[in-house]
Amino acid sequence: MTAISDNAAPTDTGIDNPSSHRDGPFSHIAYVLRENPVTLLAFLLFLFIVGCALFGPYLVPYDPLKTSAAHALQPPSADHWFGTDSVGRDVFSRVVVATRLDLSISIAAVGLSFVIGSILGGIAGYWGGWIDSVLNRLLDTIMAFPLFVLAMGIVAAMGNTIENIIYATAIINIPFYARLVRAEVNIRRDAGFVRAAKLAGNTDLRVLIMHIFPNTLPPMMVQISLNMGWAILNAAGLSFIGLGVRPPTPEWGIMVAEGANFIVSGEWWLAVFPGLWLMIAVFTFNLLGDGLRDIFDPRKRT
Amino acid sequence: MKKTTTPNRVRAVTGRIAQTIPVLFGVVVISFLLTRALPGDPAAYFAGAAASEESIQQIRVALGLDKSLPQQFLIYLQDLFQGDLGQSISTGQPVATDLANRLPASLELTLSALLISCGIAIPLGVLAATRPGSAVDHICRVLVTAGVSLPTFFTGILLIYIFYYLLGVAPSPLGRLDFIYIEPDHVTGFYLVDAAIAGDWETWVAALKQLVLPSITLALFTLAPIARMTRAAMLSALSSDYIRTARASGLSDKKILYTHAFRNALLPIVTTLGMVFSFTLGANVLVEKVFAWPGIGSYAVEALVVSDYAAVQGFVLAMAVLFVILNLVIDLMYTAIDPRIGFDSQ
Amino acid sequence: MLTINNLAVSFQTRRGEITAVKNLSLTLDKGEVLGIVGESGSGKSVTSYAILRVLDKGGKISAGDIHYSGIDLCEISEREIRDIRGREISMIFQNPRAALNPIRQVGKQLEDVLRRHAQASAQDAKEKAIEALKSVKIRDAESRYHAYPFELSGGMCQRVVIAMALACNPQLLIADEPTTGLDITTQKTVMDLIRDLIRARNMSSILITHDLGLASQYCDRIMVMKDGEIVEEGIPSKLFTKPSHPYTRKLVNATPRPDDSVRCLLADEIKSPEPQYAVTEEVLLDVKNLSKTFKGKNGDVHAVKDISFQILKGQSLGLVGESGSGKSTTAEMLVRLIDPSSGEIQFEGENLSTIPSKVFATHLRRRDIQMVFQDATDSLNPRHTAQDTISEPLRRLAKMRGKTLIIRVKELARLVGLPEHLLHRFPHQLSGGQKARVGIARAIALNPKLLILDEPTAALDVSIQAIVLNLLADLREKLGMSYLFVSHDLHVVKLLCDKVIVMRNGGIVEAGDCEDIMSAPRHEYTKELLAAAPAPPKRKDVTELA
Repeated sequence: MTAISDNAAPTDTGIDNPSSHRDGPFSHIAYVLRENPVTLLAFLLFLFIVGCALFGPYLVPYDPLKTSAAHALQPPSADHWFGTDSVGRDVFSRVVVATRLDLSISIAAVGLSFVIGSILGGIAGYWGGWIDSVLNRLLDTIMAFPLFVLAMGIVAAMGNTIENIIYATAIINIPFYARLVRAEVNIRRDAGFVRAAKLAGNTDLRVLIMHIFPNTLPPMMVQISLNMGWAILNAAGLSFIGLGVRPPTPEWGIMVAEGANFIVSGEWWLAVFPGLWLMIAVFTFNLLGDGLRDIFDPRKRT
Repeated sequence: MKKTTTPNRVRAVTGRIAQTIPVLFGVVVISFLLTRALPGDPAAYFAGAAASEESIQQIRVALGLDKSLPQQFLIYLQDLFQGDLGQSISTGQPVATDLANRLPASLELTLSALLISCGIAIPLGVLAATRPGSAVDHICRVLVTAGVSLPTFFTGILLIYIFYYLLGVAPSPLGRLDFIYIEPDHVTGFYLVDAAIAGDWETWVAALKQLVLPSITLALFTLAPIARMTRAAMLSALSSDYIRTARASGLSDKKILYTHAFRNALLPIVTTLGMVFSFTLGANVLVEKVFAWPGIGSYAVEALVVSDYAAVQGFVLAMAVLFVILNLVIDLMYTAIDPRIGFDSQ
Repeated sequence: MLTINNLAVSFQTRRGEITAVKNLSLTLDKGEVLGIVGESGSGKSVTSYAILRVLDKGGKISAGDIHYSGIDLCEISEREIRDIRGREISMIFQNPRAALNPIRQVGKQLEDVLRRHAQASAQDAKEKAIEALKSVKIRDAESRYHAYPFELSGGMCQRVVIAMALACNPQLLIADEPTTGLDITTQKTVMDLIRDLIRARNMSSILITHDLGLASQYCDRIMVMKDGEIVEEGIPSKLFTKPSHPYTRKLVNATPRPDDSVRCLLADEIKSPEPQYAVTEEVLLDVKNLSKTFKGKNGDVHAVKDISFQILKGQSLGLVGESGSGKSTTAEMLVRLIDPSSGEIQFEGENLSTIPSKVFATHLRRRDIQMVFQDATDSLNPRHTAQDTISEPLRRLAKMRGKTLIIRVKELARLVGLPEHLLHRFPHQLSGGQKARVGIARAIALNPKLLILDEPTAALDVSIQAIVLNLLADLREKLGMSYLFVSHDLHVVKLLCDKVIVMRNGGIVEAGDCEDIMSAPRHEYTKELLAAAPAPPKRKDVTELA
């Protein structure tokens, strides 16, 4: 047997190959968090928001639906941290309780578009040909609409319900996932490890699902995170113009819309707190997307 | 070489223009399907609450709703070709007329927002890319992320509260012109342009004042994607091999940055603009509602409230057509910058 | 003319400061051609970037000085060194296509340089640029002036880069791996062109390369670098006859020579006896009139045209050709990843070409034909450990599970010389040689009868190439497999193969015994290929000299 002289650890000079590192994923995550405290903040905020969605309704001081004419339009105080609205409901309780609804809508929508987009994009990217052309035409047509406007049209046509908001948001998000998966699958279609997998006896479908798809997940995670923020904005935007969620259900978009009527007379807390909360939620997902991008691919940070 | 390239490029351009036809057709099909998917019976809507079964039936026939789907689609197409988008219940006008009247207001807002946004975002992105990891870079990153996280309707309200209610420097957020001024004569429909043509600078300033807050609101939202893409594209261009060649040839920093790096970076930036337009046109609806801007977005929102579906569908179709045209313009710009177009398509 | 004293270059990375080059000193005389040879990570390119101060972000010259004609290049301002770049010292780079701005006409890029150094005015810039293009023997220079890089071949792009480097008549040319990625015949024309131009202008030059053979052919003096330091320096013949440093000896040994056998590449202390192969008379693979036509947008592309050959059981056949010769397409058809357009692939008498590649993955014959891929990194799933990778064919085709599987994987690891503790590592945690071993272990897991080797060492450093080639020889001896060795390099093919086929433009131009073809090529193209390959001195001659 020949001597084994190349089996020393890979040279760690890191000059020719800056990505070569021997440590596990955790030390890399730790490195990214240390380098970029903003990402750490995003992770903490994310936990906070998920906490609000899960436990918020049990923890808030007031019933978000209980009106009280005596306490209408009170500015923020120790009793009502975010003040009260025109019919005396506690803004803080409403804002916290709304987290669950807004988050559920966007998670459902993003999940739906992730699944459908992955399947469509995977098939089109792997087999190409006419399936690819048809899918591309279809996506082109969806993308030919300004997406928020299309969502408006869909909800207006299908009926003004929360489910339809979810479907509409999912439909306008599908192209992003389908295109991303298609591209990621396509560049790996002829990669060495894919050809090797075929030689190892994997059928095409197995190659696609077991070998190619898992490798597309990192960029997908980034997309999911960024899309979550966008989906929340979309859902809130739709309710802001009176589609989907209906009053008196607590929801950030509606609350801002209701508060908007009072802003010119100076009752700012009605619109500002739900708006800020909404902004923080979106901000969290956007930062998280950036952070995930750093973790998955330190070179591709934008 | 040039001789063989030019016809290819002409072919690429005409090919790109031809590509819009199936897309437009798809847009029409979808908007037709949206019309058909109306909840309930459109005829009953049109007939009103007090109508008898008979008169509903009459309206159904009049609207062609008793015919088969393909027949209805043909009628829909025919109407479209004649510029007939149906009647709006709320205004009583043909939808096409309403949209045509209100379109300039939306365009003026959207375009000025895009100008502001590109004017800030592109230099910001270049600045961040030339100093990656610096304070400028980090600030730029946080700012643009915050910008894209702001719900436009909320930003608008916040700006109104600060600049109108608290500081009193902005005019009341009601439309394109304060009621004490008279609209400039209609030439382009853009108040800034029309007022300038008429030489009425007082009106021009008044129109500008009204325009500032809504267009900044809209621009804030689109800053992020443009700035991010500029930064990423510049970074990747600056780290390419040809930049090293240029440096090793002794070219000046300015020449390297603009002639070599920036022109290459423009390609992905231009591509992103398509997405940015989509965001802008969508956010436009929300901003128009907040600022009572008399564009097609607020028209659609009003129509939604009273279930005026013909108006909503007309609006969706108009927006889609507008967007398809904008995308076409972007792609043609791309072709102008990138000599490889037409070569790849062989 | 150029003197470097105790140069050190360091890079700021997330692991702290890393020294890429340390304590490097050299002198270069007027008219001299100096070669800097080293394997990847040796710091040879960094050295060349440091001279012109065009280091990548995070890199800085941490010590030493660089004197050029009495000027200290480390001390002068950025503005001053810009006047030197391209005017006094210029550089050409590897990967010529990427070295040119993709969306600017090449003539304009030349003009940029000329105008920058006041070698041309706005009026005569175009004329001068065309002149520069002509000087690097670009035909039809007037129309090439308007070409974009994507419209030119790799060799043509490198000529443009050379024209840019020489446009302002510099005194020193630094060439950083100028022929990487080019075909052997193109490599020769480009290298000859560079040599002729610098001789004609009495310039000095530094040639940076990983190829000791190439350096010995074109350089007056060679420096060998390892881990950022110069380990040895001397004239080429001395390096080959009396390498003093152990690393140089290893490198010299590992560089294939015309008269080598595979064991010659190894250092004396680990040399094993020459392998004894058992070649039978039984036909394993019989390829008859095989063709492959791809549908291109400008009509059909005939990638492989009507080729026929045989491989006997236990035999090793080399398939040699340059890019576009159809050798890779042939390999893909034989390993049944793509379907041939026509012709037969008889394997032990069974016609495999009628079985669509789509269903071949689960066919009984799948385990008999396996492949080792060109780029070991690309051929390993980044999310699978070495063990997962080696297990894959065993699980899928042999239905092996549990303990038997683990035992077999460990056995294979031993066979290819992969230490057991590395089995749980992911590809990015393995070195190039280790990844190659994993790929080989996977390919031989099911004891295939035919192993197709698709340039298995093309991405490896020569010292690792030597080890991998010997490993492949050992495996062939031990397991009695037949090989189809696809490569662009006749000298490497010769080390492992009994017979060889030379392909060009999809057809076979010459076939026969390796020895015969190497010693007495009949076809013009084969002669050209042999002549173009860099030729380090024969081992025999060197020994005699010593």
